[in-house]
Amino acid sequence: MKDEITREERVDNLKGMGCSRKRVEDARFTQGKGNYVDDIKLDGMLFGDFVRSPYAHARIKSIDTAAALEVPGVLAVLTAADLEPLGLHWMPTLAGDKQMVLADGKVLFQGQEVAYVVAEDRYAAADGIEAVEVEYDELPVIVNPFESLKSDVVLREDLVAEDGSIPDGAHGPRKHPNHIFTWEAGDKDPTEEVIANAEVVATESMYYHRTHPCPLETCGCVASMDKVNGKLTLWGTFQAPHAIRTVVSLISGIEEHNIRVISPDIGGGFGNKVGAYPGYVCSVVASIVTGKPVKWIEDRMDNLMTTAFARDYHMTGKIAATPEGKITGLQCHVTADHGGFDACADPTKFPAGFMNICTGSYDIPTAHLSVDGVYTNKAPGGVSYRCSFRVTEAVYFIERMIEVLAIKLDMDAAELRRINFIKKEQFPYTAALGWEYDSGDYHTAWDKALKTVDYEGLRAEQAQRVEDFKAGKTRKLMGIGLSFFTEIVGAGPVKNCDILGLGMFDSCEIRIHPTGSAIARLGTISQGQGHATTFAQILASEIGLPADSITIEEGDTDTAPYGLGTYGSRSTPVAGAATAMAGRKIRAKAQMIAAYLLEVHDNDVEFDVDRFVVKGAPEKFKTMKEIAFAAYNQAIPGIEPGLEAVSYYDPPNMTYPFGAYVCVMDIDVDTGVPEIRRFYALDDCGTRINPMIIEGQVHGGLTEALAVALGQEIAYDDMGNVKTGTLMDFFLPTAWEVPNYETDFTVTPSPHHPIGAKGVGESPHVGGVPCFSNAVQDAFRPFGNTHTNMPHDHWRIWRTANELGLHG
Amino acid sequence: MIPAAFEYYRPKDIAGVLSILEEHGDDARVMAGGHSLIPMMKLRMADVPHLIDLQDVGGMSDITVGGDSIRIGAMVTQADIIDHEGLTTAAPILREAALQIADPQVRYMGTVGGNVANGDPGNDMPGLMQCLDAVFTVIGTDGERDIPARDFYEAAYMTAREDEEVLTAVTIPLPKGGWAYEKQKRKIGDYATAAAAVQIVKDGGTCAAASIAMTNLSDTPVYSEAASNALVGTAVDDAALGAAVAAMLGDIDPTEDNRGPVAFKNHVAGVILRRAIARAWSRA
Repeated sequence: MKDEITREERVDNLKGMGCSRKRVEDARFTQGKGNYVDDIKLDGMLFGDFVRSPYAHARIKSIDTAAALEVPGVLAVLTAADLEPLGLHWMPTLAGDKQMVLADGKVLFQGQEVAYVVAEDRYAAADGIEAVEVEYDELPVIVNPFESLKSDVVLREDLVAEDGSIPDGAHGPRKHPNHIFTWEAGDKDPTEEVIANAEVVATESMYYHRTHPCPLETCGCVASMDKVNGKLTLWGTFQAPHAIRTVVSLISGIEEHNIRVISPDIGGGFGNKVGAYPGYVCSVVASIVTGKPVKWIEDRMDNLMTTAFARDYHMTGKIAATPEGKITGLQCHVTADHGGFDACADPTKFPAGFMNICTGSYDIPTAHLSVDGVYTNKAPGGVSYRCSFRVTEAVYFIERMIEVLAIKLDMDAAELRRINFIKKEQFPYTAALGWEYDSGDYHTAWDKALKTVDYEGLRAEQAQRVEDFKAGKTRKLMGIGLSFFTEIVGAGPVKNCDILGLGMFDSCEIRIHPTGSAIARLGTISQGQGHATTFAQILASEIGLPADSITIEEGDTDTAPYGLGTYGSRSTPVAGAATAMAGRKIRAKAQMIAAYLLEVHDNDVEFDVDRFVVKGAPEKFKTMKEIAFAAYNQAIPGIEPGLEAVSYYDPPNMTYPFGAYVCVMDIDVDTGVPEIRRFYALDDCGTRINPMIIEGQVHGGLTEALAVALGQEIAYDDMGNVKTGTLMDFFLPTAWEVPNYETDFTVTPSPHHPIGAKGVGESPHVGGVPCFSNAVQDAFRPFGNTHTNMPHDHWRIWRTANELGLHG
Repeated sequence: MIPAAFEYYRPKDIAGVLSILEEHGDDARVMAGGHSLIPMMKLRMADVPHLIDLQDVGGMSDITVGGDSIRIGAMVTQADIIDHEGLTTAAPILREAALQIADPQVRYMGTVGGNVANGDPGNDMPGLMQCLDAVFTVIGTDGERDIPARDFYEAAYMTAREDEEVLTAVTIPLPKGGWAYEKQKRKIGDYATAAAAVQIVKDGGTCAAASIAMTNLSDTPVYSEAASNALVGTAVDDAALGAAVAAMLGDIDPTEDNRGPVAFKNHVAGVILRRAIARAWSRA
């Protein structure tokens, strides 16, 4: 039998790894046919919504629900007193703290959930909320973590013993009632010694402002308790549906097999949808109480003001170097503002996430990090907004410290990076703060980036611009933003990564159908990443069936294997690996079937694109499609019928994607308006599965980086009022504000990942924020600027110019 | 973001509108494009038990360019202004300003009448109409009356229009000379950090007439007669620009908000006005 098509055509037909396969999800998304939580409509469904606190810190004197219960359509109003008998007025957080589900005697942040109104429709619920009367006694408000640590005002009386002593928290001793933890990494004394004896030390304090992931779809759920069969179904915007199932079981007492959690289409997550929120708990309770399905959907203000914020890190750094610029030590201290409850979403052993990746891409022999978590009267959260756990903070810190050191040394910042990069031959590299970087080739990426943008030409142009500015010929300065980042993603090895005791492995289960198509189910859940497209490509290459013949299904805990979900760029590093490994199990069995059909020994056949061929006789083969059919219709001695596999993958290490970014910006010193003239992004995410999707991810991540660097902020006034609660003031860039992005790549596969892939969804955000920020700061460097805090919105840029005396 | 219950009316003529207004007084509001009123209702900051939609009322959607003046019906949208060639020829500043309002989706719904009548100091059209010395026509049960745009605004959301009156049209004397609408904003869809509307008539090398109004720098739009006068009779040189800016700064009264503190706003107002005057002068 002769092949009708070439081997190359057979490869193309699979649409496997490396192919810019069009996204299979887009047909429904671009036609308005997606199925999001708010699209779910069930018979008799009720709506729940919250009475929220107008105060940031207050004692609750009374809650009167009588008038609300008189509002037509209102069925019930839940308060903490109603939840207390069930033990549900508080809930555990992912960070080992507990959080009020409904205000239990006091409120700790503006917008906090005080009562939950259940009604026949949204309008009645909103009317009911207006009719609930709450009497508050205002308490002193603390919005600054440094003041909090000095204050006599105790925010969390529940965390102070009756004798006034302060019991240990989930992460060890606490030194003040408003203190949550101290967490350290590295070696304190040797680092301090290096810094004390160094010839050059640069010091800087920087505030990474509070911001918020802003998925287009807000958080929400539909809870439906079937009292006949005792089963609870919970649809929701969950980035980790299995973990939610376990949490719901643990706090409600409903056995896990009686809970089905479904994440339908999700309109973006970016970390906002990792945690458990009071809305979920109240909806479940309301459904149990009423026997009817109950829907809860946040509006935009609810989302911005109350569900998981990101960042709010006050960072102080010291970096030591030789006069030639070789870095000898790094110290970092963080005061972390966690808000009223510690609801950070980090692996249990890492209360400051992977902040200890803050030595960045550099060979720094000695380092020390300490982080103090602090309570304030702000919303809880502290999630990883489009990054792995606290990695944006770490990369921002080191990429600013490098710039500050370059200023101190009067040295070019690109060259300073180059002489300190970890060298290719040093990988696997163990950093001073403990991580083992898997692979990298930083010098190649850096040189490629600088050459592509003509870095020297840019610096010459910038120097001329400064001359022109001083001569009064222009009012625009030019900034060249550099950043070189190393991410740490793919959490993670079960030996050190868990959430609520759940190891952070992930999974894939594959069923091959008799006619040679397949379904694969995973423990992750796409929120726009394109998993249905890319995971099918991984499988296509692994099992030789076309990606178009493979359905990818996620998000239903009744059908998908257990997994820890999608965030921290972990889907490809962990579930992608599980997919490849499960595919290899399929292939191993297929090899035995092929050998039987071809009447040769197992070892005499080999895999070739979409078939097994007899070694040395390529005209003798069985396609995977033929093998699939044989698996179901032939009695093969010693082999079970069927062709299925499941793999649970516990990664041996994290993956460490990296990249080199350059931004060229013109800044109008009179108005503070920045214009991004050019943005070049080189990403190395290891093996590339779908270049088109990678490019899309880079565009999206850079846009969110632009937002955060140039204006996106959750700001509070001194009374704890949120000043940026709508999209008028919370900066969400549109196509208008976004520049053209140039993308580029190098490929340094991960040595420990089955297909060498590292993950890319978050890299552009992690690398982008310091790049945009560095561009702004670089423009003012010739006039004496060392550091200014983000966000660089118009008035803050103007202020920098003003303080440097540039307004004459 | 769920409004309280309200009655919805969609009368076919202005008489129908006025009778509902007369019946319900303060409890009734008319709505044109709804881009200001509906969000306020959804935030429950505006309580409107009786909402009167003007969409079906005829006769308010025309743009008429005459020999001396332009008449723009209250229901004309910003998109209509952008698309109208005759209007763009006669008063190009209208199109330049309309293109800086919100985004295309909003401009398809947002109307000139709603923009000027709402009294929101952030809106762009009020300052623009003051610059152009427009006259607003309002109608009530006692008949029509005309109110100059420069006398219309009393405070934020407070205007010379009575609650029972409906703004039906804007009439603008045909503008002369060079024009510019300059606006600084943080992003698409934002109100101005500072905006300036400028019309200048040049005679030889000298400014014969000028009109300057500023947006979102006070609780009303600010027509600055002093700034305008500072340019007249000059060659619009640097000294004249400085004098106009200084005069304008005497007339505005910005407040701190998320766009920035007062010092920043004053500075930017000056920069924006300089640029607007320079561009208008170059076109005069």
